[in-house]
Amino acid sequence: MRHATAIRVGPVTFRVGSAWPAPVAALADLYRDYPPPGDVPDFTVRLEPPRPWRRVFRPQVAIAGDFTLPEAVPLPLAHGLLAAEMGMNLQMALGHRRHLLLHASSVERDGAALLMTGESGAGKSTLSALLAARGWRFMGDEFALVAPDTGLVHPFPRPVSLKNESVAAVAWAGARFGPVLAGTPKGTIRHLVPDAAALVAMDRPVPPRLLVFPRFGHAAAVRPVAPAEAFVRLTEASTNYVALGEAGFRALTGLVQAVPAVAVDYPDGAGGIAAVEALWTAR
Amino acid sequence: MTTPARYRAPPADALLVEPLDALTAIYHRPSGTTHLLAEPAPQILAALAAAPLDPAALAAALADAYEVEGGGDALAERLGELVEAGLVERL
Repeated sequence: MRHATAIRVGPVTFRVGSAWPAPVAALADLYRDYPPPGDVPDFTVRLEPPRPWRRVFRPQVAIAGDFTLPEAVPLPLAHGLLAAEMGMNLQMALGHRRHLLLHASSVERDGAALLMTGESGAGKSTLSALLAARGWRFMGDEFALVAPDTGLVHPFPRPVSLKNESVAAVAWAGARFGPVLAGTPKGTIRHLVPDAAALVAMDRPVPPRLLVFPRFGHAAAVRPVAPAEAFVRLTEASTNYVALGEAGFRALTGLVQAVPAVAVDYPDGAGGIAAVEALWTAR
Repeated sequence: MTTPARYRAPPADALLVEPLDALTAIYHRPSGTTHLLAEPAPQILAALAAAPLDPAALAAALADAYEVEGGGDALAERLGELVEAGLVERL
Protein backbone atom coordinates (compact mmCIF):
# COMPACT_ATOMS: atom_id res chain seq x y z
CA MET A 1 0.00 0.00 0.00
CA ARG A 2 1.30 3.44 -0.91
CA HIS A 3 -0.18 5.16 2.13
CA ALA A 4 -0.75 3.70 5.58
CA THR A 5 -1.46 4.56 9.19
CA ALA A 6 -1.88 2.62 12.43
CA ILE A 7 -4.79 3.21 14.78
CA ARG A 8 -5.61 1.72 18.15
CA VAL A 9 -9.13 1.62 19.55
CA GLY A 10 -9.22 0.07 23.03
CA PRO A 11 -7.41 -3.29 22.89
CA VAL A 12 -7.32 -3.53 19.07
CA THR A 13 -4.71 -2.06 16.72
CA PHE A 14 -5.52 -1.65 13.03
CA ARG A 15 -3.17 -0.96 10.16
CA VAL A 16 -5.06 0.87 7.43
CA GLY A 17 -3.44 1.11 4.01
CA SER A 18 -4.75 2.91 0.97
CA ALA A 19 -3.95 3.45 -2.69
CA TRP A 20 -4.75 7.16 -2.15
CA PRO A 21 -3.44 9.63 0.43
CA ALA A 22 -6.83 11.24 1.24
CA PRO A 23 -8.56 8.45 3.22
CA VAL A 24 -5.42 7.82 5.29
CA ALA A 25 -4.98 11.52 6.00
CA ALA A 26 -8.66 11.88 7.00
CA LEU A 27 -8.38 8.84 9.25
CA ALA A 28 -5.13 9.96 10.88
CA ASP A 29 -6.70 13.36 11.59
CA LEU A 30 -9.90 11.86 13.03
CA TYR A 31 -7.85 9.64 15.38
CA ARG A 32 -5.10 12.15 16.19
CA ASP A 33 -6.04 12.43 19.90
CA TYR A 34 -6.08 8.64 20.48
CA PRO A 35 -3.38 6.94 22.60
CA PRO A 36 -0.53 5.45 20.52
CA PRO A 37 -1.11 2.17 18.64
CA GLY A 38 0.42 -1.18 19.56
CA ASP A 39 3.55 -2.40 17.77
CA VAL A 40 1.83 -5.28 16.01
CA PRO A 41 -1.50 -4.71 14.30
CA ASP A 42 -4.32 -7.13 15.08
CA PHE A 43 -5.97 -6.45 11.73
CA THR A 44 -5.11 -4.93 8.38
CA VAL A 45 -7.61 -2.96 6.31
CA ARG A 46 -6.83 -2.12 2.68
CA LEU A 47 -8.63 0.54 0.69
CA GLU A 48 -7.91 -0.12 -2.92
CA PRO A 49 -9.47 0.44 -6.35
CA PRO A 50 -11.72 -2.44 -7.46
CA ARG A 51 -10.06 -2.13 -10.93
CA PRO A 52 -6.65 -0.50 -11.57
CA TRP A 53 -8.08 2.43 -13.55
CA ARG A 54 -10.47 3.25 -10.71
CA ARG A 55 -7.53 4.71 -8.83
CA VAL A 56 -7.63 7.76 -11.15
CA PHE A 57 -10.77 7.55 -13.26
CA ARG A 58 -13.91 8.20 -11.16
CA PRO A 59 -12.02 6.70 -8.25
CA GLN A 60 -13.73 3.98 -6.20
CA VAL A 61 -12.75 2.41 -2.88
CA ALA A 62 -13.15 -1.32 -2.31
CA ILE A 63 -12.68 -2.65 1.21
CA ALA A 64 -10.15 -5.44 1.59
CA GLY A 65 -8.01 -6.78 4.41
CA ASP A 66 -7.60 -9.88 6.56
CA PHE A 67 -11.31 -10.54 6.09
CA THR A 68 -13.30 -9.52 3.03
CA LEU A 69 -16.92 -9.59 1.95
CA PRO A 70 -16.79 -10.46 -1.76
CA GLU A 71 -20.18 -8.94 -2.60
CA ALA A 72 -19.50 -5.56 -0.94
CA VAL A 73 -20.16 -2.63 -3.28
CA PRO A 74 -17.27 -0.16 -3.71
CA LEU A 75 -17.74 3.41 -2.45
CA PRO A 76 -16.70 6.65 -4.16
CA LEU A 77 -13.33 7.98 -2.99
CA ALA A 78 -15.09 10.91 -1.27
CA HIS A 79 -16.48 8.33 1.20
CA GLY A 80 -13.05 6.81 1.84
CA LEU A 81 -13.32 7.56 5.57
CA LEU A 82 -16.58 5.60 5.74
CA ALA A 83 -14.92 2.75 3.82
CA ALA A 84 -12.10 2.70 6.39
CA GLU A 85 -14.57 2.55 9.29
CA MET A 86 -16.58 -0.18 7.57
CA GLY A 87 -13.37 -2.10 6.94
CA MET A 88 -12.38 -1.86 10.60
CA ASN A 89 -15.87 -3.03 11.65
CA LEU A 90 -15.66 -5.93 9.25
CA GLN A 91 -12.32 -7.15 10.62
CA MET A 92 -13.71 -6.97 14.17
CA ALA A 93 -16.98 -8.70 13.32
CA LEU A 94 -15.34 -11.56 11.44
CA GLY A 95 -11.98 -11.88 13.12
CA HIS A 96 -12.01 -10.79 16.76
CA ARG A 97 -11.77 -13.70 19.19
CA ARG A 98 -10.37 -12.22 22.43
CA HIS A 99 -13.74 -10.92 23.61
CA LEU A 100 -17.39 -11.71 23.18
CA LEU A 101 -18.39 -9.04 20.71
CA LEU A 102 -21.82 -7.48 21.20
CA HIS A 103 -23.32 -5.11 18.68
CA ALA A 104 -24.01 -2.59 21.43
CA SER A 105 -23.11 0.87 22.61
CA SER A 106 -21.75 1.37 26.10
CA VAL A 107 -21.19 4.22 28.55
CA GLU A 108 -19.81 4.29 32.08
CA ARG A 109 -20.84 5.97 35.29
CA ASP A 110 -19.91 5.19 38.92
CA GLY A 111 -17.35 2.64 37.72
CA ALA A 112 -19.89 0.43 35.92
CA ALA A 113 -21.14 0.05 32.37
CA LEU A 114 -24.54 0.59 30.80
CA LEU A 115 -24.94 -1.53 27.65
CA MET A 116 -27.48 -0.60 24.97
CA THR A 117 -28.24 -2.94 22.12
CA GLY A 118 -30.82 -3.02 19.38
CA GLU A 119 -31.36 -3.10 15.67
CA SER A 120 -30.08 -0.35 13.41
CA GLY A 121 -32.18 2.76 14.06
CA ALA A 122 -33.00 1.80 17.66
CA GLY A 123 -30.91 4.76 18.77
CA LYS A 124 -28.13 3.04 20.68
CA SER A 125 -25.46 5.15 19.00
CA THR A 126 -27.25 8.49 19.48
CA LEU A 127 -28.20 7.66 23.07
CA SER A 128 -24.59 6.84 23.93
CA ALA A 129 -23.44 10.19 22.52
CA LEU A 130 -26.25 12.09 24.30
CA LEU A 131 -25.28 10.42 27.59
CA ALA A 132 -21.61 11.26 26.94
CA ALA A 133 -22.64 14.90 26.51
CA ARG A 134 -24.16 14.67 30.00
CA GLY A 135 -20.96 13.50 31.63
CA TRP A 136 -21.11 9.72 31.19
CA ARG A 137 -17.86 8.19 30.00
CA PHE A 138 -18.29 7.11 26.37
CA MET A 139 -17.05 3.54 25.83
CA GLY A 140 -18.26 2.83 22.30
CA ASP A 141 -21.22 3.17 19.96
CA GLU A 142 -20.77 0.03 17.84
CA PHE A 143 -19.20 -2.88 19.70
CA ALA A 144 -19.03 -3.74 23.39
CA LEU A 145 -16.25 -6.21 24.16
CA VAL A 146 -16.99 -8.62 27.03
CA ALA A 147 -13.96 -10.48 28.41
CA PRO A 148 -14.85 -14.18 28.77
CA ASP A 149 -12.58 -14.68 31.81
CA THR A 150 -13.58 -11.64 33.90
CA GLY A 151 -16.95 -10.56 32.49
CA LEU A 152 -15.65 -6.98 32.31
CA VAL A 153 -16.72 -4.70 29.46
CA HIS A 154 -13.77 -3.29 27.54
CA PRO A 155 -14.14 0.08 25.81
CA PHE A 156 -13.96 0.27 22.03
CA PRO A 157 -14.47 4.04 21.66
CA ARG A 158 -14.38 4.62 17.93
CA PRO A 159 -15.64 8.00 16.77
CA VAL A 160 -19.44 8.05 17.03
CA SER A 161 -21.03 7.53 13.65
CA LEU A 162 -23.88 10.04 13.65
CA LYS A 163 -26.48 9.64 10.92
CA ASN A 164 -28.93 12.11 9.35
CA GLU A 165 -30.95 14.03 11.98
CA SER A 166 -28.63 12.84 14.77
CA VAL A 167 -25.76 14.84 13.24
CA ALA A 168 -27.26 18.10 14.49
CA ALA A 169 -28.69 16.66 17.71
CA VAL A 170 -25.47 15.67 19.47
CA ALA A 171 -22.48 17.72 20.54
CA TRP A 172 -20.74 19.09 23.57
CA ALA A 173 -18.51 22.10 24.26
CA GLY A 174 -15.35 21.68 22.20
CA ALA A 175 -16.71 18.66 20.31
CA ARG A 176 -14.60 17.71 17.31
CA PHE A 177 -16.22 16.33 14.16
CA GLY A 178 -14.94 14.64 11.02
CA PRO A 179 -15.99 15.80 7.56
CA VAL A 180 -19.66 15.63 6.49
CA LEU A 181 -20.14 12.54 4.32
CA ALA A 182 -23.29 13.20 2.27
CA GLY A 183 -25.11 10.74 0.04
CA THR A 184 -23.66 7.56 1.54
CA PRO A 185 -25.67 4.31 1.48
CA LYS A 186 -26.68 5.18 5.08
CA GLY A 187 -27.54 8.81 4.32
CA THR A 188 -25.52 11.72 5.70
CA ILE A 189 -22.84 10.62 8.15
CA ARG A 190 -20.57 12.64 10.37
CA HIS A 191 -18.12 11.23 12.89
CA LEU A 192 -17.89 12.74 16.37
CA VAL A 193 -14.57 12.20 18.16
CA PRO A 194 -15.07 10.97 21.74
CA ASP A 195 -14.05 13.47 24.41
CA ALA A 196 -10.66 13.39 26.13
CA ALA A 197 -12.01 11.55 29.19
CA ALA A 198 -13.17 8.67 26.98
CA LEU A 199 -9.84 8.40 25.16
CA VAL A 200 -7.66 8.62 28.28
CA ALA A 201 -9.66 5.78 29.86
CA MET A 202 -9.94 3.58 26.77
CA ASP A 203 -7.79 0.86 28.38
CA ARG A 204 -9.92 0.72 31.55
CA PRO A 205 -12.61 -1.99 31.51
CA VAL A 206 -15.53 -1.90 33.96
CA PRO A 207 -18.13 -4.43 35.11
CA PRO A 208 -21.55 -4.26 33.44
CA ARG A 209 -24.45 -3.08 35.62
CA LEU A 210 -27.46 -2.56 33.34
CA LEU A 211 -28.52 -3.83 29.92
CA VAL A 212 -31.00 -1.76 27.91
CA PHE A 213 -32.81 -2.64 24.69
CA PRO A 214 -33.81 0.82 23.42
CA ARG A 215 -36.40 1.46 20.71
CA PHE A 216 -36.60 4.97 19.25
CA GLY A 217 -39.81 6.61 18.03
CA HIS A 218 -42.32 4.78 20.22
CA ALA A 219 -44.51 5.96 23.11
CA ALA A 220 -42.54 5.85 26.36
CA ALA A 221 -42.64 2.40 27.93
CA VAL A 222 -40.32 0.36 30.15
CA ARG A 223 -40.51 -3.43 30.42
CA PRO A 224 -38.21 -5.80 32.29
CA VAL A 225 -36.58 -8.44 30.08
CA ALA A 226 -36.13 -11.91 31.59
CA PRO A 227 -32.63 -13.43 31.45
CA ALA A 228 -33.57 -16.10 28.88
CA GLU A 229 -35.00 -13.48 26.49
CA ALA A 230 -31.96 -11.26 27.03
CA PHE A 231 -29.74 -14.27 26.32
CA VAL A 232 -31.46 -15.00 23.00
CA ARG A 233 -31.42 -11.35 21.91
CA LEU A 234 -27.73 -11.04 22.77
CA THR A 235 -26.77 -14.18 20.85
CA GLU A 236 -28.39 -12.44 17.87
CA ALA A 237 -26.55 -9.20 18.66
CA SER A 238 -23.18 -10.94 18.85
CA THR A 239 -21.06 -11.41 15.75
CA ASN A 240 -18.79 -14.04 17.29
CA TYR A 241 -20.91 -15.93 19.84
CA VAL A 242 -20.84 -19.16 17.82
CA ALA A 243 -17.14 -18.85 16.97
CA LEU A 244 -16.19 -18.47 20.65
CA GLY A 245 -17.92 -21.75 21.57
CA GLU A 246 -17.85 -22.55 25.27
CA ALA A 247 -16.18 -19.26 26.22
CA GLY A 248 -19.00 -17.36 24.52
CA PHE A 249 -21.65 -19.41 26.33
CA ARG A 250 -20.03 -18.78 29.71
CA ALA A 251 -19.58 -15.06 29.03
CA LEU A 252 -23.14 -14.54 27.83
CA THR A 253 -24.95 -16.62 30.47
CA GLY A 254 -22.77 -14.90 33.09
CA LEU A 255 -23.76 -11.49 31.73
CA VAL A 256 -27.53 -12.07 31.69
CA GLN A 257 -27.44 -13.67 35.16
CA ALA A 258 -25.43 -10.81 36.68
CA VAL A 259 -27.07 -7.82 35.04
CA PRO A 260 -30.75 -6.79 34.88
CA ALA A 261 -32.14 -6.15 31.40
CA VAL A 262 -34.84 -3.64 30.45
CA ALA A 263 -36.59 -2.80 27.17
CA VAL A 264 -37.03 0.97 26.83
CA ASP A 265 -39.31 2.51 24.21
CA TYR A 266 -38.80 6.26 23.87
CA PRO A 267 -40.26 8.98 21.65
CA ASP A 268 -37.23 11.27 21.39
CA GLY A 269 -33.70 11.83 22.67
CA ALA A 270 -34.76 13.70 25.81
CA GLY A 271 -37.25 10.97 26.69
CA GLY A 272 -34.63 8.27 26.15
CA ILE A 273 -32.10 10.01 28.37
CA ALA A 274 -34.64 10.53 31.15
CA ALA A 275 -35.77 6.88 31.06
CA VAL A 276 -32.25 5.45 31.04
CA GLU A 277 -30.94 7.72 33.78
CA ALA A 278 -33.96 6.93 35.97
CA LEU A 279 -33.32 3.20 35.53
CA TRP A 280 -29.65 3.67 36.35
CA THR A 281 -30.38 5.62 39.53
CA ALA A 282 -32.91 3.00 40.63
CA ARG A 283 -30.28 0.25 40.40
CA MET B 1 -42.63 -59.26 23.12
CA THR B 2 -40.23 -56.51 22.10
CA THR B 3 -38.00 -54.70 24.51
CA PRO B 4 -38.83 -50.98 24.75
CA ALA B 5 -36.16 -48.63 23.37
CA ARG B 6 -33.81 -47.10 25.85
CA TYR B 7 -32.59 -43.53 25.81
CA ARG B 8 -29.22 -42.11 26.74
CA ALA B 9 -28.21 -38.50 27.51
CA PRO B 10 -24.65 -37.18 27.19
CA PRO B 11 -22.50 -37.54 30.31
CA ALA B 12 -22.74 -34.55 32.65
CA ASP B 13 -19.31 -33.23 31.62
CA ALA B 14 -20.45 -32.96 27.98
CA LEU B 15 -22.99 -30.28 28.87
CA LEU B 16 -22.80 -26.81 30.39
CA VAL B 17 -26.12 -26.15 32.11
CA GLU B 18 -27.19 -22.65 33.17
CA PRO B 19 -30.72 -22.17 34.54
CA LEU B 20 -31.78 -18.65 33.48
CA ASP B 21 -35.42 -18.24 34.57
CA ALA B 22 -38.24 -20.43 33.28
CA LEU B 23 -35.74 -21.65 30.67
CA THR B 24 -32.40 -23.39 30.95
CA ALA B 25 -29.50 -22.64 28.61
CA ILE B 26 -27.50 -25.73 27.69
CA TYR B 27 -24.24 -25.82 25.76
CA HIS B 28 -23.60 -29.19 24.12
CA ARG B 29 -19.82 -29.50 24.01
CA PRO B 30 -19.51 -32.24 21.35
CA SER B 31 -21.49 -30.21 18.77
CA GLY B 32 -20.80 -26.68 20.04
CA THR B 33 -24.54 -26.00 19.90
CA THR B 34 -26.51 -23.87 22.37
CA HIS B 35 -30.01 -25.01 23.35
CA LEU B 36 -32.66 -23.19 25.35
CA LEU B 37 -34.89 -25.74 27.06
CA ALA B 38 -38.13 -25.52 29.01
CA GLU B 39 -39.24 -28.00 31.67
CA PRO B 40 -39.17 -31.00 31.73
CA ALA B 41 -36.32 -31.28 29.20
CA PRO B 42 -33.48 -30.36 31.62
CA GLN B 43 -34.90 -32.83 34.17
CA ILE B 44 -35.02 -35.58 31.53
CA LEU B 45 -31.39 -34.94 30.61
CA ALA B 46 -30.36 -35.13 34.25
CA ALA B 47 -32.28 -38.38 34.79
CA LEU B 48 -30.74 -40.00 31.70
CA ALA B 49 -27.18 -38.86 32.42
CA ALA B 50 -26.24 -41.66 34.80
CA ALA B 51 -27.50 -44.61 32.78
CA PRO B 52 -29.79 -45.28 29.78
CA LEU B 53 -33.46 -45.80 30.70
CA ASP B 54 -36.58 -46.90 28.88
CA PRO B 55 -39.59 -44.54 29.01
CA ALA B 56 -41.25 -46.38 31.91
CA ALA B 57 -38.09 -46.31 34.01
CA LEU B 58 -37.54 -42.67 33.08
CA ALA B 59 -41.09 -41.79 34.16
CA ALA B 60 -40.48 -43.56 37.44
CA ALA B 61 -37.15 -41.80 37.95
CA LEU B 62 -38.74 -38.43 37.22
CA ALA B 63 -41.77 -39.13 39.39
CA ASP B 64 -39.66 -39.06 42.54
CA ALA B 65 -38.84 -35.41 42.07
CA TYR B 66 -41.06 -34.20 39.30
CA GLU B 67 -44.41 -34.87 37.64
CA VAL B 68 -44.58 -34.51 33.86
CA GLU B 69 -47.90 -33.00 32.87
CA GLY B 70 -49.72 -35.11 30.31
CA GLY B 71 -48.24 -38.41 31.43
CA GLY B 72 -46.51 -40.97 29.23
CA ASP B 73 -47.51 -39.49 25.86
CA ALA B 74 -46.10 -36.08 26.76
CA LEU B 75 -42.90 -37.70 28.01
CA ALA B 76 -42.53 -39.62 24.73
CA GLU B 77 -42.99 -36.38 22.80
CA ARG B 78 -40.37 -34.56 24.86
CA LEU B 79 -37.97 -37.47 24.37
CA GLY B 80 -38.57 -37.33 20.62
CA GLU B 81 -37.76 -33.59 20.61
CA LEU B 82 -34.54 -34.15 22.54
CA VAL B 83 -33.51 -36.92 20.11
CA GLU B 84 -34.19 -34.56 17.20
CA ALA B 85 -32.11 -31.82 18.87
CA GLY B 86 -29.21 -34.24 19.19
CA LEU B 87 -29.20 -34.10 22.99
CA VAL B 88 -30.55 -37.60 23.60
CA GLU B 89 -29.67 -40.81 21.82
CA ARG B 90 -32.18 -43.60 21.17
CA LEU B 91 -30.40 -46.94 21.70
